[in-house]
Amino acid sequence: MRIWGPTAIVVVWLLMAVLGPWLPLAPNHIELEHILAGPGSGALLGFDDLGRSLWDRVVVGAQFSFFVSLLVVSISLSAGTLIGASSAYLGGWVDHVIVRIIDIFLAFPGILLAIALAGLLGPGLSNIVIALSIVGWVGFARLARAQVLSLRHREHVQAAQMLGAGPLRIIVRHLLPLIMAPLIVEATFAIAGIVIAEAGLSFLGLGIQPPTPSWGSMIRDGSRYMLVSPHMVLVPGIALILVVLAVNLLGDRLRDRMDIRLRERK
Amino acid sequence: MNDLVLKVEGLTTCFDTASGSLYAVDGVGFEICRGETLALLGESGCGKSLTAFSLMRLLPTRQARIAAGRVVLGGDDLLALPELRMRDIRGNRMAMIFQEPMTSLNPVMTVGEQIAEAVVRHGKLRGRALASRVIELLDAVGIPDAAQRSNEYPHMLSGGMKQRIMIAMALAGEPDLLIADEPTTALDVTIQAQVLELMRDLQRSKGMAILLITHDLGVVAEMADRVAVMYAGQIVEQAESRDFFASPCHPYSRKLFDSLPTIAKRHQPLAIIKGNVPPLTAAGYSGCRFATRCDMAKALCEGEIPQLQDAGPGRAVRCFAYDDRYRGQWGDGASAIIPAAAARPQQQESGADGGLLAVRDLKVYFKIQKGLFKRTVGHIKAVDGVSISIGRGRTLALVGESGCGKTTVAKAILQLQRPTSGSVLFNDVELTTLGGEALRRSRADFQIIFQDPYSSMNPRMLVGDIIQEGMIALGVEPDPKRRALKVDELLQQVGLPPEAKGRYPHEFSGGQRQRVCIARALAVNPKLIICDEPTSALDISVQAQILNLLQQLQRTTGVSYLFITHNLSVVAYLADEVAVMYLGRIVEQGRVSDVLTAPRHPYTQALISAIPVIDAGTRRETIRLEGDLPSPANPPTGCHFHVRCPQARPECSLQYPEAAILEDGRMVRCVLYPRR
Repeated sequence: MRIWGPTAIVVVWLLMAVLGPWLPLAPNHIELEHILAGPGSGALLGFDDLGRSLWDRVVVGAQFSFFVSLLVVSISLSAGTLIGASSAYLGGWVDHVIVRIIDIFLAFPGILLAIALAGLLGPGLSNIVIALSIVGWVGFARLARAQVLSLRHREHVQAAQMLGAGPLRIIVRHLLPLIMAPLIVEATFAIAGIVIAEAGLSFLGLGIQPPTPSWGSMIRDGSRYMLVSPHMVLVPGIALILVVLAVNLLGDRLRDRMDIRLRERK
Repeated sequence: MNDLVLKVEGLTTCFDTASGSLYAVDGVGFEICRGETLALLGESGCGKSLTAFSLMRLLPTRQARIAAGRVVLGGDDLLALPELRMRDIRGNRMAMIFQEPMTSLNPVMTVGEQIAEAVVRHGKLRGRALASRVIELLDAVGIPDAAQRSNEYPHMLSGGMKQRIMIAMALAGEPDLLIADEPTTALDVTIQAQVLELMRDLQRSKGMAILLITHDLGVVAEMADRVAVMYAGQIVEQAESRDFFASPCHPYSRKLFDSLPTIAKRHQPLAIIKGNVPPLTAAGYSGCRFATRCDMAKALCEGEIPQLQDAGPGRAVRCFAYDDRYRGQWGDGASAIIPAAAARPQQQESGADGGLLAVRDLKVYFKIQKGLFKRTVGHIKAVDGVSISIGRGRTLALVGESGCGKTTVAKAILQLQRPTSGSVLFNDVELTTLGGEALRRSRADFQIIFQDPYSSMNPRMLVGDIIQEGMIALGVEPDPKRRALKVDELLQQVGLPPEAKGRYPHEFSGGQRQRVCIARALAVNPKLIICDEPTSALDISVQAQILNLLQQLQRTTGVSYLFITHNLSVVAYLADEVAVMYLGRIVEQGRVSDVLTAPRHPYTQALISAIPVIDAGTRRETIRLEGDLPSPANPPTGCHFHVRCPQARPECSLQYPEAAILEDGRMVRCVLYPRR
């Protein structure tokens, strides 16, 4: 089954993140005799320019990429869905105002806005989450709004209205379950995007501060020694690629799975 | 008749699936001569469209494949030709038109270009000769201002016009055979009459053969010289049209006729075909495909596969009752028809007439807004002063063509669309001023059944939850145990098994879904159900089941219906009173027996005459209406109908005629019947 490969990678990523604190890791332990040593020389994945074990640092970095992306996506998903769905359902001037706000956010390139915000708020884990969430909710809001707009006049919604269902019941029972499939698929793709964005911010020095490792800052550190010891870039880089690829593939599979009708026909 | 155009023998098309080959078209054979129309009649899924695509060798999916057979068009065996030669034949000697004119044209090319493309492909015309040929074709299909119209894009044309364009494109190659796949199903009756007449005229002048694919017996009666009835991938009966309508032979054909609603069958249940079409199986069939649903089936029918039997001149039937070897088992084949349910005594026509719903001068206007500040530049008067009333346990039918505002009336009554003005008095409560919680509470009394049973249910809810929803939301039955019992009872009432409540809507067929929708509406014990075209998405035999169910429910629960439809034979069968709408207003209203038998308003007359009738031999005069329904944003001055009216007078354009009440109690709005 094509689903097992990506699932395995994501599970490893998840285990690294959750079990990380209990593993015997020493990401900041310096072994001066192993500076820039390649994989196999005493540590599984080699050592960086300060003689710290890359394996330990990648595992600890996984925690940050995982928790940042999970946090950002859940905040953006709930805020975006709420704002977008109610905007579409209420209509009128509320909808107008929210659409304008969404347009303003979309006018900025997302990563640029996040960089500006992170710069403004100052570096740090919570500020990364805030910056990325402020950029992230817009996509979900737009998707939720479009979905609700197309469903609002569907006959089953009118039928529910005719059966005396109130607005809350209609949104929760008749609109949200139907728009969840595309939103969840979007969310998995967003996880991949946030992993990259977090790495990007850290690469620029706006994210997690040294000596705490993150994949982005590891790549930045490694880029200076690229010709001498490429493993410093390759190790976090490959970790990043594998995670993003696996999450995207899972999102694809999920999209096929989410449709009840598609599932039954198989 | 030696001008044979097309001869099909043993055509078999199958779908290759993981579980084996499914034979969707199984050994179909027929012949069509020059200037002849053969109708291929059948319900959805019987393989009639696939037959047409097989003739064209344009199969819809890669899994489909023509397994056997011969298709001979003027001497060439089409199935043996290489694909390149086949392309020359398509469009040139054999052309096709489709059901949906809206999607069959390219929206970004002018219609002139699209026709020119077809002309160039099949001839060597260039420049001015090409342009004049395009205009000639547009003229031939009756498009006014052909030169100007050829520069327009498809969205600027109405449905009927688009179908004419499709016909013009099909004619470009001067084909010997025209395949028309449900050419008028998407059109209104008055437009359908125009298009059918056009096809007949073109056939007469060009001598084409037409293969007409349809599910509508009326269209067959109007158009066909010969009929082939398809069932589950096979032709079960083939006959001259006249003979077929005089006495259909195959039990399936007979059932189709019996399940048609007509005025003569009022207050009797319609004949239904029990069960469902057998699913396509790789295993094949061991007997007659219709045997499990047939009232005349004998042991023999299950065990042996019937062949087409000759049954008189030009007539063949796939039934053992017409086989000389077995005929004895049925007695005389033709007389073995089980008569339709014996006529019951007519129900009392005038029941207790305590008014349930009274709508006065209902208006629904939509603003047309333009520019930066959304200035209101005009109104679309979707509903413009409609007054109707329905008594308890009665049925009022609201009839009109698409776009006349009949669905908007329904929504305005239900307060799903707030009316601009007017009053809706339901059970002596004014609904238009009711708001919020009070309106929500009152919703239990009036319910709606939609046209499309596919989109009117939440696909993610179980059928049981769908039916319960109203009971929960309105607190009709707070106790979960009793509610579950009520769901079972409702399912039984609409003829579904109790297991249905644990399944999702998409697991059901169209007719079954409509039953679930009816059960959902009944769950809150409504006094009025608005049925918005509840059967127009369904096959004839399924329609009969739903109509029977609605009628039976009215008898047992005393519910009133507002029945919105464009199908006048359903009105004749089911309704007590009828109101005919044209462009937002009611033009004629009265008892069904009066209005349908002796219509007074010219529009009603035209509408009734445009319906193809099934009686053999009676080709009556159609009152032909020119043009299309005008836009409600910009209706004609005076009487909205005068621009199309065959009896228009100069004063018609001055003001909208007042309502006149005639001696039989009916209301007409026309200058021919001045107010007294």
